[in-house]
Amino acid sequence: MREMIISELSQALHEIGRGFAHFLPRLIVMVILAFAGWVIAYVVKAVLRSILRLIKFDRLSENAGASQLLTNAALPSATEMVSRFAFWVTWLGFILLGVSVLGILGLQDQIARFFLFLPRLFAAMFILFFGLLAASFFSRAALLAAVNANVPSPRVLSLALRTIIIVFVLSIVFEELGLAEQTMLVAFGIAFGALMLGLAIAFGMGGRDLAKRFLEKRFVRAKKEENEDELSPL
Amino acid sequence: MAEESFLTDDFLRQLINVGEVDILVGLPTHNNAKTIGSIVHTIQSGILRGFPRERAVIINADGGSRDGTPELVTGASIDDARPASNLYALRTLHSISTKYAGSPASGVALRTILAATELLRAKACVVMSPESVSIEPEWLSKLLGPIYRDGFDLVTPTYRRHKFEGLLITNLLYPMTRALYGLRIREAYSPEFGFSGRLGSQFLGQNAWNDGTDGAGVNLRFTLAAIRGRYRICQSFLGEKDHVERHAADLVPALRQTVGVLFSALEPDFPVWSAVAGSQPAPTTGADQEVLLEPLRVNRKRLREMFSTGVAELESVFQSILPPSTLAELQRIARLGEEEFHYPAELWVRTVYEFAASYQKSVISRDHIIQALAPLFRGRVFTFLMENRNASADDVEKNIEGLCLEFERLKPYLLRLWKSRE
Repeated sequence: MREMIISELSQALHEIGRGFAHFLPRLIVMVILAFAGWVIAYVVKAVLRSILRLIKFDRLSENAGASQLLTNAALPSATEMVSRFAFWVTWLGFILLGVSVLGILGLQDQIARFFLFLPRLFAAMFILFFGLLAASFFSRAALLAAVNANVPSPRVLSLALRTIIIVFVLSIVFEELGLAEQTMLVAFGIAFGALMLGLAIAFGMGGRDLAKRFLEKRFVRAKKEENEDELSPL
Repeated sequence: MAEESFLTDDFLRQLINVGEVDILVGLPTHNNAKTIGSIVHTIQSGILRGFPRERAVIINADGGSRDGTPELVTGASIDDARPASNLYALRTLHSISTKYAGSPASGVALRTILAATELLRAKACVVMSPESVSIEPEWLSKLLGPIYRDGFDLVTPTYRRHKFEGLLITNLLYPMTRALYGLRIREAYSPEFGFSGRLGSQFLGQNAWNDGTDGAGVNLRFTLAAIRGRYRICQSFLGEKDHVERHAADLVPALRQTVGVLFSALEPDFPVWSAVAGSQPAPTTGADQEVLLEPLRVNRKRLREMFSTGVAELESVFQSILPPSTLAELQRIARLGEEEFHYPAELWVRTVYEFAASYQKSVISRDHIIQALAPLFRGRVFTFLMENRNASADDVEKNIEGLCLEFERLKPYLLRLWKSRE
């Protein structure tokens, strides 16, 4: 009996030792991968930061209106945010690679899903950034055109255009990320429909006086100014 | 020759048939049937009077007219011009018309004319506007004579204008070009100008024709290229400029074609303009400028309103372009009533220079920067109208000269802005 217990214990200890001997190199590989990943991620961050500064990414982000959002949220500049994001994604990628080397059952699938999700995350960020840029550009273009054409309430027009573009961009971003696709689709439909209905009501009823003033200004003035000379700028 | 490739075979064949010429008259057109007939006769008459012994050709570069403009150019007989001038040409006067590819664009038209100039080895050339109903036969001699006989390379016109016409030229283009390049050219952007064959060839080879602008403001680019290349430039007084009907909406395209071109030239021309101090008068035949004073009804109130609305509504845009001190000053002016309103020359010059520096830095889209200048220009126009409403011709000239000197005085400020761009 005693011999049997000793044998079982020694066998268990032997198996633990064998398991540890089997696990230790993997752990070392994971640590090495995590360390190498940190170094590579740091280099990626430094290189990306330099490139973004070179192409004046902060100015682009300012034009897109993203810088203002970041400042309001007490976050660092767009260049710093993107660099840090690249650092963490790279390092996390290496850490997960290391974890997968450990061969822990159940984690493999999660890690694979994370790597499959990365391209979609990048695509969503890309769409969001350029969407904000487009919203900023077109809303400013509308504002300038409206001011120079002497259209009433140019800022409202510009803001409406900006909102429509941002709502549209956000719906694409959520769809790309695969987050609550159905909910987003319905929400977008409702928001867009509500916006259009709101605009129609605003112009039709709320803006009745505005429309009246606009038409009066346009046609009454045109009549009054018939006898006035236009100045040629050139 | 690389330039041959964009000319049609038929046009090249016609040019070969003409051979070499001494004088070339370029006519860029697009649906100008109403005016082109009389203009071609005036040109023919001008050639008969001024250059009867020279080999001459009229080149019409048409942008796809649907009203028979090219036929009117080529069909105009010199016999119609002869009785008026009572003179005879000793050489054949050719008239060639070509339709260039693409949409109507002043740049393509000028490029076609310049290519023809080079192929025909013309010594002196003139480009005439197809809308100048007040054109006189003498205009040809005035624009071609200094080139053909006196060896000048570019002749720009001066006109008799109403004191409130061409305000973009008098309040921005002329003073700024003068301050930057050091040469007092009144009409750097004009639809009529004369040039030598060698200047034409140089511009044809060096200008960026495919920059996506369709050659907007190419006339100004041409003048700036002549100044930059240190060619011999003079001015010639032509007479009264037509009062072309324009509307307020034309201001933005006009700004693009003039101010946009000038601002975009500042970066490559930095070595040229940064070394210039003061300005020199350009040799001028006839009056430097004549001013008409007849009363003109102008809606000043609307100008001031558009300025005030612009300053209020475009605050976020101006924050990217102007320093806070200038913006605060503009906002203060925008709140003033009609009687107190005054946009001083010094502030106007600083505003323009700050716009130029922001354009160079591309703080926002460059086209948006140009568009944002429009309401401020209206404010400046309002002040100019108020200052000169009872002014004599001399007083108007003095005011314009004062503005020019302000542009010259503040040039170091532009240089500082330029150098601090990084």
